[in-house]
Amino acid sequence: MKTVRSMTTPRPGRLAAGVAAVALASTMLTGAAGAAENGKFRIGIVTFLSGPAAGPFGIPSANAAKAIVEGLNKGALPAPYNTKGINGAEIEAVIIDEAGGATKQVEEFRNLVQRQKVDAVVGYISSGDCLAIAPVAEELKALTVFYDCGTSRLFNDDSKPKYAFRTGLDAAVDNIGAARYLAATKPNITKIAGIQQNYAWGQDSWSDFTLALAQTMPKVKVVENQMPKVFQGQYGAEISALSVKKPEVVHSSFWGGDMEAFVLQANARGLLDDATVVLTCGESALDRFKDQAPNGTIIGGRGPFGAFAPQNALNTWFVKAYTDTYSMAPTYPATKMAQAILGLKAAAEKAGASAGTVPVMDAIADAFKGSTFESVSGTVKMDRADGHQALQPISYGTYKYDPKTGKATIENVITFSGECVTPPDGTASDAWIKAGFPGAKCN
Amino acid sequence: MLSFLAVLIDGTIYASWLFLVAAGLTVIYGVMRILNMAHGSFYAIGAYAAASAIGWYFADGTGSAGVSFLILIGAALVAGLVVGTLVERGLLRFMYGRDETLMVIITYALLLILEDAMKIVFGVNPYFAYQPYTALGRSTIAGLKVSNYDLVLIGIAVAVGLALWGWLERTNLGKILRAVIHDREVARAMGVNVRRMFTLTFLIGTTLGALAGALTAPSISVVPGIGVEVIVLAFAVVVVGGMGSIEGAAVGALLLGLSRAAAVHFAPQFELFVIYGVMSLVLAIRPQGLFGRTLVRKI
Amino acid sequence: MRLDKTELALVGLAVVLMLAGTLAAPGWLIFLITVALAKALVVQGVVMQMKAGLVSFGQGLFYCVGGYAVGMGGQFLGLNAGLVLLALGVIAAVVLAMVLGLLLTRYREIFFAMLSLAFSMILYGVLVKSQELGSTDGFNVKAWTLLGRTIEGGEQATHTVFILTVLTAATVAFILHRFYRSAMGMTCEAIRENEVRVEFLGLSPRWINYANYVAAAAVSALGGGLTALATGHVDPDMAYWTTSGEFVFIALLGGTGSVFAPFLAAIVFALVRTYAIEFLPNAWQMILGFTLLGIVVFLPKGLWSLFTRRAVAPVPSSSPTNARTGGVRA
Repeated sequence: MKTVRSMTTPRPGRLAAGVAAVALASTMLTGAAGAAENGKFRIGIVTFLSGPAAGPFGIPSANAAKAIVEGLNKGALPAPYNTKGINGAEIEAVIIDEAGGATKQVEEFRNLVQRQKVDAVVGYISSGDCLAIAPVAEELKALTVFYDCGTSRLFNDDSKPKYAFRTGLDAAVDNIGAARYLAATKPNITKIAGIQQNYAWGQDSWSDFTLALAQTMPKVKVVENQMPKVFQGQYGAEISALSVKKPEVVHSSFWGGDMEAFVLQANARGLLDDATVVLTCGESALDRFKDQAPNGTIIGGRGPFGAFAPQNALNTWFVKAYTDTYSMAPTYPATKMAQAILGLKAAAEKAGASAGTVPVMDAIADAFKGSTFESVSGTVKMDRADGHQALQPISYGTYKYDPKTGKATIENVITFSGECVTPPDGTASDAWIKAGFPGAKCN
Repeated sequence: MLSFLAVLIDGTIYASWLFLVAAGLTVIYGVMRILNMAHGSFYAIGAYAAASAIGWYFADGTGSAGVSFLILIGAALVAGLVVGTLVERGLLRFMYGRDETLMVIITYALLLILEDAMKIVFGVNPYFAYQPYTALGRSTIAGLKVSNYDLVLIGIAVAVGLALWGWLERTNLGKILRAVIHDREVARAMGVNVRRMFTLTFLIGTTLGALAGALTAPSISVVPGIGVEVIVLAFAVVVVGGMGSIEGAAVGALLLGLSRAAAVHFAPQFELFVIYGVMSLVLAIRPQGLFGRTLVRKI
Repeated sequence: MRLDKTELALVGLAVVLMLAGTLAAPGWLIFLITVALAKALVVQGVVMQMKAGLVSFGQGLFYCVGGYAVGMGGQFLGLNAGLVLLALGVIAAVVLAMVLGLLLTRYREIFFAMLSLAFSMILYGVLVKSQELGSTDGFNVKAWTLLGRTIEGGEQATHTVFILTVLTAATVAFILHRFYRSAMGMTCEAIRENEVRVEFLGLSPRWINYANYVAAAAVSALGGGLTALATGHVDPDMAYWTTSGEFVFIALLGGTGSVFAPFLAAIVFALVRTYAIEFLPNAWQMILGFTLLGIVVFLPKGLWSLFTRRAVAPVPSSSPTNARTGGVRA
């Protein structure tokens, strides 16, 4: 029983002192942050360092950023990136955690730009974060390169971006590519099912995929789609529900731990004996599936990234530098991060500031717009969304595990050109798919 | 028809898992009146410990499934006891007797600390320790393929439930614990060392949490954040069943497990709401949960 | 209207904050304080219920309703007047609270916490299922106006939302301060101490809790609306249980000692978090955890107890501490 409580009364003197202390502390903290004048090119890197997206995406990305920044500062990369730093200025990376939701990320984005005075921000895996950050980037006139998030709505709404760019691909591209790959490799199937995480990513992926499939394989019937809660981990009931419908192909946009758990459980339950699974994000777990993913599983890497990246001098350097430090090959998020930083460097050096200085953001943004740059994934054209969105091919292939070496490889790779899977400017992806891909140029 | 059978099987498997996850939570709440927000962290610690141990055991590519089971359970016991002892001796024992709500907050702080501590100890890369899961193979029940590991899980859940019940109802120590549950102060007056009972209960609870994690680890990919995902589920089971009741947790787990499986098969669009829907419904009809005791109002 | 010391301090602080904010503080700090104050309003809602002995682990529900009302009002109803949007959120929250309150006021302690959490998670589920609302990605708030002026991006927008938030926060705090000292406010505390005794006085704890719950919902919705205006984005995370957990966290950080406490705690929380993220990107949650533990252990009555002194002699709560309590009739 709580009966006796002491009465408390505010003591104005202390209150004033406390308020003063907080005010003073904030002023001091702001004072400490004016370090932008150290002459370095400071890049804010935002990616998941905690939570379920950290292992498969965030940490490989952060590692790639460190490897690329270190290589650039030493001038160790092959041409055309063999000059030191960015425009001769040393690069300084500030890495922060993307966890915590869009409201917090908007706050941290402002802190990066206004307190830490970064010269550019590279980051964001979550589509919600990208959507929330994009208008703030314009408001603060802060150069921002989105490297991974896939939402089609980023440049679709009535936004006129100037400072925001995306060097990764739209998620619609993944699913159009998957539908085209199925049409090319499994033209005789009749029954298809899906399992997606029940949030924007899974919902959008499934709707894009089914729309595209209706065009590429009009005879296929969709027999089932399951939408479990994201990060659920236990898929027993879903696997039964899928098995009962006996699909020949199962499409899944699962990623990370959910994807690995689903493949493991579906394999153990025999679903994958009878059905081939298409994993649009499968590449990120290439090293971990071992013998748990059946050979022939169709996997994608959200573009020509990771194991799908082409052989070129830049990628060879990157794979070696990354593997030497982190003792594993870079997966697709790592390639995408490297690409974003290289795109930034290319644009900044085109901006025409005198060597050794950091160009102003407006000049970099102007140079970035519509640019073409060499990347670890081949040549990238900023050719969509009025020069703010990268246009690149997408590849799919099948999984092949060699029990002797314990290594997995991808075979039967088909690459669809960017023009084949990306709607032209001014057309929303769903409208483009429904219209039967007008103007698509396929190889 | 096959779907009904599938609901029954999937629902029971999911219910077993839910019960294992929730058992530790309800034991701790029943005796100590602490709603342990960090319960999910013990689950995650168990999962990480088991996955690391199995990874280490199978590192050279060989090993037997039987031994890996022992390793699994051993890892859970060690992890649950060690971390449980650290937390109880280092923090909680100084807090006994505080307000129930304050204890929720203390364990919430603990959750935040343990989440990052796990990240520092185990890293963020996924742990994939599937060998015990796949080694057992699968059976076919009326055309439905089921993993044997999941069937074993049902057995373990029943065994854990019976052991807890037997211990509370049939042993001397259990009677003492029930006395503590019933009236802490009178029990103390009768010479029961309530604090020692608390320590014991907390360790049992954390070990059960770690065991649930360890048993889950082979069928999933162990990544940061898995603990946070199970807390609300475990809460739902315990609240539906009646806080602190073992029978309640079992019935709550079955109710939620079967409802969810039914939703997945017959109404997938409601899957997202089914847990909270059932919980709200049960609470609306029986505010104290299915097996909860109504509290005597003290004047 | 006679103002007591707290009220005078409130007015003074609001004026100082507005002046200092608009004249001297850097953009990021203004934004941080804006969001912190807006969230503190939600925390005020938590504290209102804490004073009556109820801990809501689902206050994110009303935070989210307030935020989505602002977003959807602009998106679907074509409303763009900021104050109208905020009012829309408050009305929506009040209506929802009046319905949920009928059920929730029957619950106490952990059951109240869990049921409020369940309702919040149901809203979360509904929003996640709503693809036209962007599911988990949410959507951006359309351009809005304040008293006829269009709020465009840049410094002007940051300052406008800041001033709007400070004024709203000060007004709410003012009203709450008076409410806590009113007969009903006092009765809420009495309910926490002993509900049965309050019943014996001829009052209905259930209906007092009900009114309190609805009022708390309105205050929290204001916080959600202001957050949406400030960040320009809403998403279902606002209703997720960890968001509600954060509000309870801040409430305890500040303590229930004064209407200032939630504001102070929210700003301290935001500063600790942003610097933890900057300096220890891999262990910021741990820093928050230790901060919370430290508060619970060393300042059980919250940060606010730093600014108070103990009365010379403890006063039993059963004795009338305010003459007006004697005349309560409900």
